[in-house]
Amino acid sequence: MDTELKNELSRQGIFTTTLEEVYNWGRRSSVWPLTFGLACCAIEMIATSMARYDLARFGAEVFRPSPRQADLMIVAGTVTKKMAPQVVRLYNQMPEPKYVIAMGACAISGGPFKQGYNVLKGIDRYIPVDVHIPGCPPRPEALIDAFITLQKKIDAQSLTGSNRPRYLDADAPSEFIVPEYGAHDLEPPKNVKLWNIIYKTAPNGSGTTSENEPGKD
Amino acid sequence: MNLEKIKLDIETAVPGCHVGIILNGSPCAQHSLLLDRDNALEVARFLRDDPELHLDYCSNVSGVDWLDTETSEKVKVMKLVEGVEQETEEVRKTRVPGYLEAVYHLYSMEKKHGPLVIRMRTGNRTDRITLPSLTPVWRSAEFQEREIFDLYGIIFEGHPDLRRILMWDEFEDHPMRKDYVEPNDYEYEPTPHDAVLEKSKQARAIEGQQ
Repeated sequence: MDTELKNELSRQGIFTTTLEEVYNWGRRSSVWPLTFGLACCAIEMIATSMARYDLARFGAEVFRPSPRQADLMIVAGTVTKKMAPQVVRLYNQMPEPKYVIAMGACAISGGPFKQGYNVLKGIDRYIPVDVHIPGCPPRPEALIDAFITLQKKIDAQSLTGSNRPRYLDADAPSEFIVPEYGAHDLEPPKNVKLWNIIYKTAPNGSGTTSENEPGKD
Repeated sequence: MNLEKIKLDIETAVPGCHVGIILNGSPCAQHSLLLDRDNALEVARFLRDDPELHLDYCSNVSGVDWLDTETSEKVKVMKLVEGVEQETEEVRKTRVPGYLEAVYHLYSMEKKHGPLVIRMRTGNRTDRITLPSLTPVWRSAEFQEREIFDLYGIIFEGHPDLRRILMWDEFEDHPMRKDYVEPNDYEYEPTPHDAVLEKSKQARAIEGQQ
């Protein structure tokens, strides 16, 4: 629909919309995160959800204790190799549509522990990440910014066409391999296919901060 | 704490045991006692129960990995060169085999003294890696001995529950050993430099082959 006509109509008291807009508005206004924290970033995440920063303003105050009821996974903190299979399994248990925010230096790359033997070098080795937030830890404002970025991303999704999000594409996977404990490292050490999947089906032009593509210089 | 006196006390209380004193040359001068593996448990009991020492609190247990070391020194030797005796220099190499070590820090809550540092050493770094567990004497050593078992691979005999504590059970390496080789997952490095640059190059070379 023409934007000018729509504005003109709304001035006259007539509200018009599209199914896509209503659908995306509904989803982005009630993104429920999964209750779990891995390290100190979780403290900032908790602060974000409390009265001072009040994530409830954006419809995300309902932290769900079960992955079956959650839409958003905030990976808040260091993902150790021992913890990684459980995080991936939780992600697999979440119903579509589901989103991931990698919060803080550890979750996006391993952070200060990157060269340790026990820390996963970024959760995006195993699950697709929608928004990366740098910081050690990121302030609550940064998490809110990431959340707004995610909302913009959801708003920009179209329901049909090659641009449609992953969960509307029957061929795109919604579960990813859970790594197993190996003799020297996790097996497999990373999900090679994953990085191609994200960029094939990701909606573009949404101005997300997830454009720092892993696997490329 | 007078280590010489403690050493004598131990040797009279536990006949047949060898106690060494390891001097610490740094300003803290925290010298320690080296116990032999066979009598360590008995010595530990003595240290805890002796009314004068009464070291009832084990605050800390750590592992140390000592690699094989080779020291070379130049020695002057008299040698016959073309019928004439001459002084020549010769390099002599002495090889000290490596070992693993467990260090315990003991205090007395009652007597308000400490720390007394005791050490135990394994025979080598490969097959003679057993030490007696001191958990039966000081319960607080339990988790820390498990951690040493996990990260250094020392087997503590007599430990009630010797499992890995930090790494997963299927893991085979001992990451805190000095010759540990970590898996190379440095294929994506935005700003590599120094050691990371080398690892990153290796990882990319392996990726290119696949």
